[in-house]
Amino acid sequence: MNISLFAAIPEIFVTGMLVIMLLIDAFIDEKKKAVNTIWAILTLIGGFVLQLYVFIPGKVQLAFNDMFILDAMACGMKLFTYLTGIIVVLYVKRYVDDKQLLKGEFYAIFLFAILGMLVMISANNMLILYVGLELLSLALYGLVAIDRDNVRSTEAAMKFFILGALSSGLLLYGISFIYGATNGHLQLESVYAEIGALMKGHVNNASLVFGVVFVVAGLMFKLGLVPFHMWVPDVYEGSTLAVTTVIGTVTELAAVVFVIRFLVGGLALLGPQWSIMLSVLAFLSLIIGNIVAIAQTNIKRMLGYSAISHMGFIAFGLMTTSVEGLSAVIFYVVTYVLTALAGFGVLLMLSRDKYECEKIDDLKGLNKSHPIYAGILLLVMFSLAGIPPLVGFYAKLKILEALVATGYIRSAIFAVVMSLIGAFFYLRIVKVMYFDEQDSEIIVADNCILGRSALVLNGLALLVLGVVPQQLMVACLRFITG
Amino acid sequence: MIGMNHFLILSAILFAISIMGIFLNRKNIIVVLMAIELMLLAVNFNFITFSSFLHNIDGQIFVFFTLTVAAAESAIGLAILILLFRNMRGVNVQDMTQLKE
Repeated sequence: MNISLFAAIPEIFVTGMLVIMLLIDAFIDEKKKAVNTIWAILTLIGGFVLQLYVFIPGKVQLAFNDMFILDAMACGMKLFTYLTGIIVVLYVKRYVDDKQLLKGEFYAIFLFAILGMLVMISANNMLILYVGLELLSLALYGLVAIDRDNVRSTEAAMKFFILGALSSGLLLYGISFIYGATNGHLQLESVYAEIGALMKGHVNNASLVFGVVFVVAGLMFKLGLVPFHMWVPDVYEGSTLAVTTVIGTVTELAAVVFVIRFLVGGLALLGPQWSIMLSVLAFLSLIIGNIVAIAQTNIKRMLGYSAISHMGFIAFGLMTTSVEGLSAVIFYVVTYVLTALAGFGVLLMLSRDKYECEKIDDLKGLNKSHPIYAGILLLVMFSLAGIPPLVGFYAKLKILEALVATGYIRSAIFAVVMSLIGAFFYLRIVKVMYFDEQDSEIIVADNCILGRSALVLNGLALLVLGVVPQQLMVACLRFITG
Repeated sequence: MIGMNHFLILSAILFAISIMGIFLNRKNIIVVLMAIELMLLAVNFNFITFSSFLHNIDGQIFVFFTLTVAAAESAIGLAILILLFRNMRGVNVQDMTQLKE
């Protein structure tokens, strides 16, 4: 029995800081609530540093009786989660102040969501996967509803809640069948071993496949793949921009690692069964995501559909199940999160008190008045569309390479055609910013210098990573090979 | 003799009822919340069945976690429901049309 908790020190630290934050928030008066922001950033930085301290390269550490794993992938993705978390806090700080959202609650729930992601990333047991997922989802339901008097937010929260609960139900039902079919195993590696033994014995594994179908449906709900995508556009549009930023960026990281751990870790031997499902879902997501996005006038909703199409790309990468494919998936999600983060960052900077920058027309002539914000948004749109030399191009290229290498040539061609269609609505934003006359002057509130410099660095990172992607690619490969 | 399959079929029926409760329900959101609870209970039933027939305790431990999460989930669901009622003066599923293309 391994009762060491060493590998989980960063998570324990984050939990402790969270509890203290809740206590402070209960006793502090309204004017001093800015402490919460600083506390949240301190928590994330502390977690980052502790994570670096705890990790021993080349060694897989286990904790909580082997239910908790810290390997290269977990460490790398957690570091990236902390980093994106810090950037998100810097971006949303002024927005949350202006909108007078509940400051203490916002950051506390945000940290709970981060904690859920960290647990998901490190889970080595189906029970822990589920608990981490619920910790994340429950926090997100609360976050979406945080703008209490806004009808659209509450409606989005309700839809998100119902579909989220439904997807966890499907996932759990699948897990219960896998648990039964593997003679009572929940630990991912013993599930893998047991499935291997079952397959060798040619046992009828109908109940196992039945479980896998439900698990895949539940997981794809979380990723937002068509036909399980109904919640994505509504939640992106309905929640306030700060919350859309959280849902559209950090969460994707944990969701993808979750899928890799579950499908590629535990259920690898059933690859033929689930990769065929994934390929169908990826096809549909690329079609719906790219084509419906063209018709949108709301940027948040458009980015929601764009997220669906990017998840389609990721599903194509997962489908290959090769080492190259999976490292391409990690590279894709990391760079996608970075890109989306910069995009939401610009929108957050342009919003103020009652006004929310969310219509595409709001960006008319942005280049005239705010060339830096327009420039960053230009980089974001080019990167999302996959135009070289930006990082989004290499992300797509890697996935396509992996698809061709594993013989899915038709899928690769289809993906290229679909991302060409997708380029239309990304480039339309660029056109609106650079070539349309502005209707009214765009007033920008004073954003704090930290947030602005983080945004500029984030925008430059898209360009720099696009010119020299080698380091990140090698790191992503190492996450998969261990 | 009642075997494992009977229990599994019962839980599958419960699960199907709850899915239908979510998708076919055109009136009240409270019914949807009840359907979600029913779904988690169907899953619990499944876990307990496997746990009992396989003589493995893990499934029952999983049930404790699911129950706890289900309680937290319904608390949050009801909180959102109250917000919705305050903002929309009703909890009718068909009134939820603010977000559309």
